[in-house]
Amino acid sequence: MMNCIHATRLLSESLERKLGVWERTHLRFHTMMCSGCRCFGEQAQQLREISRAYAPLGENKSDALPNERAL
Amino acid sequence: MLTPVEIAPYLEERRMDLVRFAELQLRDRALAEDAVQETLLAALTGHQAFARRAEVKTWVYGILKRKIVDELRKRGRELVLSDVLVDEDDEGDALDRLFNARGFWQYDTRPSRWVDPEESLQQQQFWRVFEACLTHLSARNAQVFMMREMLELDTPEICSALRITERNCWVILHRTRLALRQCISHQWFESL
Repeated sequence: MMNCIHATRLLSESLERKLGVWERTHLRFHTMMCSGCRCFGEQAQQLREISRAYAPLGENKSDALPNERAL
Repeated sequence: MLTPVEIAPYLEERRMDLVRFAELQLRDRALAEDAVQETLLAALTGHQAFARRAEVKTWVYGILKRKIVDELRKRGRELVLSDVLVDEDDEGDALDRLFNARGFWQYDTRPSRWVDPEESLQQQQFWRVFEACLTHLSARNAQVFMMREMLELDTPEICSALRITERNCWVILHRTRLALRQCISHQWFESL
């Protein structure tokens, strides 16, 4: 069975390129049995979403545009 | 509807938010200030009108991200090879801490699920943790990660800007994702 270093590497690379058939098969087998790597895969994707959402600009709820309350 | 000129004072007041974002990517306060200054000037001369804060944010960050990409490309052309090769040893150590000798998770580093990440994104404190975790990465790794995930450049473009191979880029992204998720788990989700 592939180890977790290898599995997390493929999970990370799956965000960058299309994995080959064998890579996908071995990876699926590994993640079926390894909750840690399943979480890693999910969180690598979540890190992408978090990074894209990162845009600090007046984060307070009360911090409306001058006429926003009237809209 | 608000025009750019009406929005300018709103953006001016929140300039530091933009500078913080740019400084994280450029790791240089003066360059960050310049990028923000140029962004605000470009913003002022725009012709859009806005009904909601979210639209202003998308628009101003669209401009700022392009300025940062320009700056990074310029810097890439001036980059010397030795800058790229630093930190290799640190990285190996970090992997050793996460995995045992056979390459499986250590019992105390095995990832567990993040509870309701969507809810965390609404909290200012979460973003401070996110910034702190990015700052703790090695400069090169943080650079590659942010170019990929915040500036949404693809790996061939990052490679040519930083003069590294695509293979190298994937290795850096793998290690950075491991380190960043570990930091965010530890500093935020495990203490909720």
